[in-house]
Amino acid sequence: MNATKRKSHTRLVAILLAATFGMLLFAFAMVPLYDAFCEMTGINNKGGRVRLEAPTEIDTSRVVKIKFITHVQGDTPWEFYTKENSIEVHPGEVNKVLFYTENHTDQDKVGQFVATISPGQSDRYVKKAECFSFNKQYVDAKQTKEMSVIFFIDKDIPKDTEELILFYTLFDQTGDAK
Amino acid sequence: MSTAHDHDHAHGPSKTGILRWITTTNHKDIGTMYLIFSFVMFFIGGSLAMVIRAELFQPGMQIVPAEAFNMLTTMHGFIMIFGFIMPVFVGLANWMIPLMIGAPDMALPRVNNWSFWLLPVAGVILISTMFMQGGGPNFGWTFYAPLSTTYGPPSTDYFIFAIHIMGISSIMGSINVIVTIFNMRAPNMRLIDMPIFVWTWLITAFLIIAVMPVLAGTVTMMLTDRNFGTSFFNAAGGGDPVLFQHLFWFFGHPEVYIVILPAFGIISEVIPTFARKKLFGRTSMIYALASIAFLSFIVWAHHMFMTGLPLAASLFFMYATMLIAVPTGVKIFNWVATIFKGSMTFETPMLFSLAFVILFTIGGFTGLMLALIPSDVQYHDSYFVVGHFHYVLVPGSLFAVFAGIYYWLPKWTGYMYNETLAKFHFWISAISVNLTFFPMHFLGLAGMPRRIPDYALQFTDFNQIVSVGAFVFGAAQLIFVYIVIQTMRGKGVQATQEVWEGSHGLEWTVPSPAPYHTFTEPPTQIERH
Repeated sequence: MNATKRKSHTRLVAILLAATFGMLLFAFAMVPLYDAFCEMTGINNKGGRVRLEAPTEIDTSRVVKIKFITHVQGDTPWEFYTKENSIEVHPGEVNKVLFYTENHTDQDKVGQFVATISPGQSDRYVKKAECFSFNKQYVDAKQTKEMSVIFFIDKDIPKDTEELILFYTLFDQTGDAK
Repeated sequence: MSTAHDHDHAHGPSKTGILRWITTTNHKDIGTMYLIFSFVMFFIGGSLAMVIRAELFQPGMQIVPAEAFNMLTTMHGFIMIFGFIMPVFVGLANWMIPLMIGAPDMALPRVNNWSFWLLPVAGVILISTMFMQGGGPNFGWTFYAPLSTTYGPPSTDYFIFAIHIMGISSIMGSINVIVTIFNMRAPNMRLIDMPIFVWTWLITAFLIIAVMPVLAGTVTMMLTDRNFGTSFFNAAGGGDPVLFQHLFWFFGHPEVYIVILPAFGIISEVIPTFARKKLFGRTSMIYALASIAFLSFIVWAHHMFMTGLPLAASLFFMYATMLIAVPTGVKIFNWVATIFKGSMTFETPMLFSLAFVILFTIGGFTGLMLALIPSDVQYHDSYFVVGHFHYVLVPGSLFAVFAGIYYWLPKWTGYMYNETLAKFHFWISAISVNLTFFPMHFLGLAGMPRRIPDYALQFTDFNQIVSVGAFVFGAAQLIFVYIVIQTMRGKGVQATQEVWEGSHGLEWTVPSPAPYHTFTEPPTQIERH
């Protein structure tokens, strides 16, 4: 009686420990799963990960206003701006917008720009062919760098969307790992 | 039966003095240590709350600077959840589960000893962060990234370490509970025959095993983000701070059921005893428990309505959350139906249980209001939320703990507690708890944000009511300590074996106080359901 009980303890404890480690793995699996889920459903995308097909026609009957907002995270003495506060585009039309960043320090800097599109439901309709947020940007001391984003608005964008905001945040990554 | 117990009386603890407590593998000793530890933490966490309320007694900055205030709210929340409510229920489980299922001890006694002794270590680390350079954790008990990663004080690493240790402790405790329940039941006791308190703990233990590892993973990611250059939650490196919230609340929402389900169990034991009726709808109680536990895994994002979730996701989480009201309603209905036409007496455990049913329901209703997205947009991060979760935790979980302790204290000590003083403790607590937490709802509706040391002048009156209520409530708990100590010292009427006239269950078939070893021979008389 006693011996059989002891054996069953071991088995049950092993199962429960396996479940515990399984849930620990699940927590880490959430990291890629979260990205995969967002990509699959088209939410939370930064306009960088969609498969791109060249636009076939320009819908000249509509105009979508794109506003640009730039923001420097933290108190780094960089400047980050665009000369155009907003542009009006037709869906399907390829646009190029220039952004500038100025490094006022005496040190070579590495920056990562992160794009957000608002409202969130519209971000799947913003298709970027090229964007300075795709890669790290290297800006030497006391230099200004010109950067561009090339994008078009998908012609399937809902009719009631008349205005979008393209929001860029600059993170200083100088000295970070890699 | 009595001959078996006469034999047991000969065996006390094998060691005496401090070594008895350090080396003990006895479920009753360990249960007692859990209870003492958690109440020490309760008074530490409570003292922090008193300082918070003293600061909020009037607008402007009086007692503590803003940074210290942030630390106080963080540590108050953390100590109360992880240092008090969770261990206190483990303590009750340790004491009562073997007695209720007719087992001689917990299944893994040495693991039991270890899971307790990890706790004071974690507790000391957690509390020591308050005295470290740069201050203790000050980002709220939810420790959202990047507040806790990029901007957290250096002590955050110790805070993470404390969470790891507490997590290991509670996971080991849960494994022990599950193995005990599955393998150590009296031979004739089927799962369905188990007392509801044991059922609630079985389900709680599964919840802990499912979500504590997720919390451990999350804080590990924080640790590597802070120290080893990873970017799990850092947008600059391609990570996402919103992912932190998903992970945290995937743990955090089941966590709120971890701290309330054993409370449901206690109430389901106490009410039938003092209503002198069987628990109404016993099977539906168990199904309701299981449904709540299941639903708790698919509602986490209702804490995140303001993060810009897609509409479809928001709606799903809103409806799933509101669905929880159904099994919870079943439970409340069953408690009321148990009381209905019962021959009730109003001893202190019953008073606390009745207050629980009413006040927890208020907390449940405000929870429904918060589940509704259009209203949540307004209530979010306001004192309304503070009112809501204190209603479910204080007159909810805490009152159930009081009910349980008054209910089982005569069985533990062999003496009845002082009923007059205990009723005094109840009434002061019941009045002051409402004085403390009810006005918080109005403050929130009027626009007072949570986690602030200073506020606009128009909130003064209600904040003063809240503070006075909190001071009275805090002081009333000293009465409780006095009552328990007096009972432990044997100042009271000798308790009978049954203790209560209407008591049912195996724990009332052993003498009072319960001898050091019980059920070395498994009981044969099991109540069938």
